[in-house]
Amino acid sequence: MSHGPCEACEELLQGYLDRELTDAEVELAESHLDGCDYCRRRYRFEVSLRQYVQTTAVERMPAGLMDRLSELRSAGA
Amino acid sequence: MVGEAEPEIDGRRIAAEARDRVRFEEEALALADQVYRVARRLVATREEAEDLVQDTYGRAFRSWQSYTPGTNLRAWLLRILTNLNLDRGRKIQRTPDMQPIEEGDYYLANKMAEAQGEQVLDQERVVEHLSQDSIVNALSSLPHDFRDTVVLVDIGEFSYADAAQILDIPIGTVMSRLHRGRRLLKQQLAEEAIS
Repeated sequence: MSHGPCEACEELLQGYLDRELTDAEVELAESHLDGCDYCRRRYRFEVSLRQYVQTTAVERMPAGLMDRLSELRSAGA
Repeated sequence: MVGEAEPEIDGRRIAAEARDRVRFEEEALALADQVYRVARRLVATREEAEDLVQDTYGRAFRSWQSYTPGTNLRAWLLRILTNLNLDRGRKIQRTPDMQPIEEGDYYLANKMAEAQGEQVLDQERVVEHLSQDSIVNALSSLPHDFRDTVVLVDIGEFSYADAAQILDIPIGTVMSRLHRGRRLLKQQLAEEAIS
């Protein structure tokens, strides 16, 4: 089975991507992905985009900020 | 008897409170890098992110007793941070028009294929054509409400339930903002990719 864009699949795949589905929904999503080429390609794209966003948009804390935060601690710390 | 026992109990209580406080501060500081990563993508500049994180820790250290030990400290800190960020006064933004789902769906992939004159483009390879700047710019171009949700879930890796609690909105709203926010992000990336 294969089809074009559909709101119900969008919703299901978002939950699947974010690991927010119940066991029953996971089963539904996986069996749909197994049979639907369109959603499978779309899901793979979403996974790779999300990973890319995670790796490229992350900036580490600048040096010095930790010291300034530590100074905010209560006296005697 | 009572008069002698009380100072001792008080002393123990004060010592226990001091220990709890030190533990709280250490646990909170251990999360600073993770808190900063989220803050950095919620605001436009590094300086703003540093100010926001400092204000957050200042407030957290003052109101540490309102934190319930054993609950999600990172979410608790981020809730302070997003509230402070809101307090800074945001401009009302117009929500950009959405593409209909037929286009929105493969919008980014299609636009990039178009730009490169390729007929078929492997979905997984699309992202290889995106630069770090384009991701950062696209995230900062999202309207605040959408950006907050996308950043908390995609950068902060919070669950829908945590994001809902942090932003004080229903889970259903987290899901719809996330869905819309990610689609806007893809549209923005597509526009940057072809410009």
